[in-house]
Amino acid sequence: MEKRPEGPRAEASRAEIAVEIIALNKWFGEFHVLRDINLKVALGERIVICGPSGSGKSTLLRCINHLETWQTGRIVVDGIELTDDPKQIVAVRRDVGMVFQQFNLFPHLTVLENCTLAPIWVRRMPKRDAEALAMKYLERVKIPDQAQKYPARLSGGQQQRVAIARALCMNPNIMLFDEPTSSLDPEMVKEVLDTMVELASDGITMLVVSHEMGFARQVANRVIFMDDGQIVEINEPKSFFDQPQHERTRLFLQQVLR
Amino acid sequence: MAAMSDMPVQFLRQAPADSLPPPPSRAGVFHWLRANLFSSPFNIALTLICILFIAWIVPPFLRFFVINATWSGNDREACLPSPANPQAGACWAFVRVWLSYFVYGFYPIGQRWRVDLFFLALAFGIGWLLWLKAPRREIGALYFFIVLPILSLILLSGLPPIGLASVPTNLWGGILVTIVVATIGMVFSLPLGILLALGRRSHIAVVRWLSITFIEFVRGVPLITVLFMASVMLPLFVPERFAPDKLVRALIGVAMFASAYMAEVVRGGLAAIPRGQYEAAQAIGLTYWRMTALVILPQALRVTLPNIVNTFIGLFKDTTLVFIVGIFDFQRTIETASADPRWASLSTSVTGAAFAALFYFVCCYGMSRYAARAEMRLLRRGRH
Repeated sequence: MEKRPEGPRAEASRAEIAVEIIALNKWFGEFHVLRDINLKVALGERIVICGPSGSGKSTLLRCINHLETWQTGRIVVDGIELTDDPKQIVAVRRDVGMVFQQFNLFPHLTVLENCTLAPIWVRRMPKRDAEALAMKYLERVKIPDQAQKYPARLSGGQQQRVAIARALCMNPNIMLFDEPTSSLDPEMVKEVLDTMVELASDGITMLVVSHEMGFARQVANRVIFMDDGQIVEINEPKSFFDQPQHERTRLFLQQVLR
Repeated sequence: MAAMSDMPVQFLRQAPADSLPPPPSRAGVFHWLRANLFSSPFNIALTLICILFIAWIVPPFLRFFVINATWSGNDREACLPSPANPQAGACWAFVRVWLSYFVYGFYPIGQRWRVDLFFLALAFGIGWLLWLKAPRREIGALYFFIVLPILSLILLSGLPPIGLASVPTNLWGGILVTIVVATIGMVFSLPLGILLALGRRSHIAVVRWLSITFIEFVRGVPLITVLFMASVMLPLFVPERFAPDKLVRALIGVAMFASAYMAEVVRGGLAAIPRGQYEAAQAIGLTYWRMTALVILPQALRVTLPNIVNTFIGLFKDTTLVFIVGIFDFQRTIETASADPRWASLSTSVTGAAFAALFYFVCCYGMSRYAARAEMRLLRRGRH
C-alpha cells in the first residue's frame, strides 16, 4: 500500500523527511487562507506552530492529513504524495495521528472501544490484540482505570489524554496536535502537556499548533510563526523567543508572553 | 447596602462542614394531591373540570361497551334492543363469531395453522431482536432478516413439492395482511431510508440528485396514489409474466412511501452529528462506509429513535389504506363483516370500529412504550 521507492539510497533520503510541503496555496472562497507555504519536517522533528487566530495555522495542519483540500501545491507525507486518490489519503491517515481541540471522542463507545476501533477496522487486528495495545497506551497516558467508562464521564484533561491514546493506537509516525489544550480548564492543561512532553522524548515526529510557549521552549526543535496565511518566521526556540527577527513576530510574542 | 454591612470582610473556616443527609421529603397522598392537583385556583378549576368531564364521558362508555353489551349470539337479532335488554349496547357477539375472519381473511380453514405458525415465528424473532439483553442477538438478527422471510414465504404461500398447498394472496386477509404489510414496510423502510438519507448528503452529484428526486417525489404524493400507481402502473412496465402479485405490488408501494419518510427522519439525525465526529473518524483512517457504519449511524439513529418509532407507528396505521387496491387488511375485513346482512346494525358497526381501534392502539402503544424504555436506557449510559 505504501508507495516507497526501492533501494537503500532512496529510502535513506525519504526517511529523513516526514512531511514536505511545496508551494501550497489554499482559498476559502475568495479568501486566500494559505499563501505559498513551503516546509520540510525531518523525521523525529518536533515543531510548534503559533500565530494569531485566523492566521491559517490549523488549516495548514489539517491539510497534512487531507481533512482540508487545497488548490495548488503539493504535500508529501512519509513518502506518500497526497492526491485526491482515496487510497493515498487513507494510506497517509494510517501513518498520521491527530488530536483535536474539541477531543472528538466517539461518545457512543467506551474509552477502550474508542482506542480499538481503528486497529480493529483499519489494521485488521484481532480484538484481543487491539485491546492489549489500547491498554498499553491508556497506561502511558495514565488512565487505564477509565477504560470501561464512556467519554462523557471523564474530565476534559482525561478526554484529551484518551484522544492521544486513540491516535497512538495506530502506531503513527507523525502526530498532529491542533490546539490540544485550548479548550481545557487551566488545572487540566498541565496533565495534557506532560503527556505530550513524554511523547516527545520518544522521538515521534510532532507538529503542534499551540499557544503554550513554555511547551514550545521545552520540546520544540523549531518554532514557526504564521500570520495572514504565510509562514513569517521559523527558528530554533531559543533564538525565536529571545531574538525574534520579524516585527510581527515581536508584536505577537509581546501579546502572548506579556 | 444594609445587607452588605452584615457580610464579614474576612472569613476563615475553622472546621469542615459535614456532609448531611437531605431533609425528609414531605411525602404522603395528601401532600401529593395538594401539590399536584390543588396548588392554585387555576389548578383547582382545571382539576374540577377534568373530574366533571370524566364523570360525563366514562359511565355511558362503560354502559354501552360493558354493562349493556351482548356477548354471545349468532346473528343481529341477539344484539337488537329487546324487552330483556331495552338499551342494547355493543355487539361483542359479532366480534366473537367473525374473529377468525378478522385474523385470517379467506385463508383456507384447514391451512390456518400455517398462519398461526407464522405469527409465532414472527413474535419469536421480534422478541429476540427487541429484548436488548437476549443472548446471541446477532443470530437473532440473522434469523429475523434472512431465515424468517424465507420461512414465512414458504409457510404462507405454500410449496406444493413439500406438501404445503399453495394459497394465493387474494385469499389472505385480516390481521395476517396487516402484519405482513407493516412488517415488510418497517423492515425495508429503515435500511432504504438510511441509504436515501446518505445519498442526499453524498458528494457524488448523481447520487444526490437521484435521492432528492425520489424522496421529494414520493413524499409529495399521497400514499393512496402511490399504491394506485404501484398497482396499476407496475404491470405496464413489466412483462405480463413477470408482473408481481397484487399484494407484492402494494408492499412495494408501502415500502417506497415509508422509506422516503424514513430518509428525512434519518437525515435529521445525521445533521445532529458534529463535524468533529466525521473528522476524528477520517483522521484515524476509517473509509467512508466504515465511518458511516461505526461512528456516524450509531449516533444518528440513537438521536432519532423517537422519530423512527413515530414513523413506524404512522406506517402501521397507514397499512389500512391498502384496501384501496382491493386487499383485505384487518380494517377492511371488519367493514365487510359489519355489512353482512345477517349482522348489519348500528351497534355492530360501532363495535367493529371499537375492536379495530383497540387492536391498532395496543400495537402502537406497545411500540411507543418500547421506544420510551429504549430511550431511557440510552440516556442512563450517560452519553453527551
